[in-house]
Amino acid sequence: MQINNGLVYLIALPLAGAAILLLAGRRSDKWGHIFATLMSASSFAVGLLQLSQMLARPAEERAVEQKLFEWISVGSFQVDAGLLLDQLSICFVLLITGVGTLIHIYSVAYMSHDKDRRRFFAYLNLFIAAMLLLVLGNSFLNLYVGWEGVGLASYLLIGFWNQKPAYATASKKAFIMNRVGDMGLSFAIMIAFATLGTVSFAGIKEAAPEASTASLTAIGIMLLVAATGKSAQFPLQAWLGDAMAGPTPVSALIHAATMVTAGVYLITRSNFIFDAAPTAQLLVVIVGAITLLFGAIIGTAKDDIKKALAASTMSQIGYMILGAGLGPVGYAFAIMHLITHGFFKAGMFLGAGSVMHGMDDEVNMRKYGNLRKFMPITFVTFGLGYLAILGVPPFAGFYSKDMIIETAFNAGGIKGILLGSAALLGAGITAFYMTRVMILTFTGAPRWDEKALPHESPILMWLPMAILAIGSVTSGFLLSRGDALVHWLEPLFAEHGEHEELLKPIVVTSLALLMVAIGVAIAFLKYSRSEVSRTAPEDVSLLTKIVRRDLLQDDFNEAIFMRPGQALTSTLVKTDEMVIDGAVRGIGSAALSSAGALRTSQTGFVRSYAALILIGAVALIAAIWVVTQ
Amino acid sequence: MNAANYLYVSALLFTIGAVGVVVRRNAIVVFMCVELMLNAANLAFVTFARINGTIDGQIMAFFTMVVAACEVVVGLAIIVTIYRSRRSASVDDASLLKR
Repeated sequence: MQINNGLVYLIALPLAGAAILLLAGRRSDKWGHIFATLMSASSFAVGLLQLSQMLARPAEERAVEQKLFEWISVGSFQVDAGLLLDQLSICFVLLITGVGTLIHIYSVAYMSHDKDRRRFFAYLNLFIAAMLLLVLGNSFLNLYVGWEGVGLASYLLIGFWNQKPAYATASKKAFIMNRVGDMGLSFAIMIAFATLGTVSFAGIKEAAPEASTASLTAIGIMLLVAATGKSAQFPLQAWLGDAMAGPTPVSALIHAATMVTAGVYLITRSNFIFDAAPTAQLLVVIVGAITLLFGAIIGTAKDDIKKALAASTMSQIGYMILGAGLGPVGYAFAIMHLITHGFFKAGMFLGAGSVMHGMDDEVNMRKYGNLRKFMPITFVTFGLGYLAILGVPPFAGFYSKDMIIETAFNAGGIKGILLGSAALLGAGITAFYMTRVMILTFTGAPRWDEKALPHESPILMWLPMAILAIGSVTSGFLLSRGDALVHWLEPLFAEHGEHEELLKPIVVTSLALLMVAIGVAIAFLKYSRSEVSRTAPEDVSLLTKIVRRDLLQDDFNEAIFMRPGQALTSTLVKTDEMVIDGAVRGIGSAALSSAGALRTSQTGFVRSYAALILIGAVALIAAIWVVTQ
Repeated sequence: MNAANYLYVSALLFTIGAVGVVVRRNAIVVFMCVELMLNAANLAFVTFARINGTIDGQIMAFFTMVVAACEVVVGLAIIVTIYRSRRSASVDDASLLKR
């Protein structure tokens, strides 16, 4: 593999940005945001340069490597801190730095009134650097460093306004649930080291064919646990909704476009493991299918615009995980949906931020209405993202989502029918809740609070939205034209034969569009024809109440993990207090109380002492007399 | 005369003394009863010296007298002091130790 010593700059630039802004402190308040944006943009430029060099090489020689330093060297176990840039990583590098730079620009205006803007940009740069390390690491151990880094950045940014206790709690919740997933990744690395003796991607790929299926399945399942944590997939999905406590650009960058897709990257990158472990692969598609429905259903009952979008993110990543679990035929489509989703979902989040900016930080959609008159640009960009997520041709989502649904149907047998139907149903529900968001926000009668003064956002905010909207329109077509992305990624994945088609592509497409049309129609009937109330109606069915409580995900976690955990710790604390401290204190208090009891025999009456002495003497003499007889 | 009779007297005196110590409240009387017990012991010592034909018992009797004399000096001083401060020579009134 070719050596390229320029890779390190991709990470070093934003990392230096973060370090300088954090170390310089308030001195950099004036220029910090510009500096951070420049760092991110220059990293994007390095990425483009790498892409142009990569394009100049033939397909087999496109991957390049850079060894940074010898990291761990213990006997036969060698791990170098090394970077690997191949066809898969370059997609991520450009997505992270490209969308990241746009969101930096957006944040300059969005955060302009925040006195901590510089710290915000430092964290954003830290995130970019960690995420790049995640996708550029050439071994699971290097990836793990980035994996933890993005977790840290996510924690810092969700809790950016940690003066509000609820936000601080949300950041802790995200961090702790992510830790559960991170345990999975560390277990996967340990199992890989124990059974295969190596943790580098190349080494595992080489060793995988000879390895036992059992160990590969164990690694695969642990990697899946890691992916569910980071990508908010079932059953570790509950943190994503609360993560919306962070500033909106953070939700757009971290919790929509990039970090939450790290799980998809992990599974795609470990394709050689999952291909050899069918059980783990089956679990991946099950998780994906459950989550895509789970997220979509939650999305239908959310009144908070950001939480509706978060539920949608969860659902869309479910699609990606589903695609990635379908094996070599699906990896490329998962990545394609990841990229198009990065455009349209980031665009819609920025749109939501723009709406909030104009509506005095109101997030309740029931207090919006008729905003298209006042925010035409936001309306158009959000609308293009909306059309893209629905999968309306020729917008981006049509190409990527349709391919995943089609591949799911072709998975074969009853599995294919179940997965395909789930994906189709998900598309319909997606259409319903996204249409609901559009109707509640941009059409109908105004239901604003008095304080709201809706106005279009400044150019620094709408320009990134517009660019992302262009991406939402064109990216799907560009990536799928002549199967461009599929051929681009082909060298990385195993060969896959032709699958027999359960349904013709045109049938699947029509079915998907039909589901979308039904979803849109229901939403129109329900929300467009009658007045929407400013508060959520209370007299709703039990099902609606359950969905409003996020399908009881928190109740489940609290009942199964939190309360037994609390009971366990309080039992332990009580045991410590009662048994261990109790024994120590018991000895002390026993001495005290017995002394107290004895003390009462001291009456102070001399005559009784004399009587006692007399009795004692008589008893003693009697005893001596008895013994000597 | 049978020497054992002296021992009976001694036992009687000791018993009178012991009962007096336990039942009387006046410190002076208690004190006198203590002296009675000491003298009962002296009588027993002397009687045993006579029975055994040795002088050990007589020597012990002198010791007892010396100790008793010292004790009377200290004890009377204490009783007088208590009487001065409390206007009472009752041993039951001087029962502050338990508090």
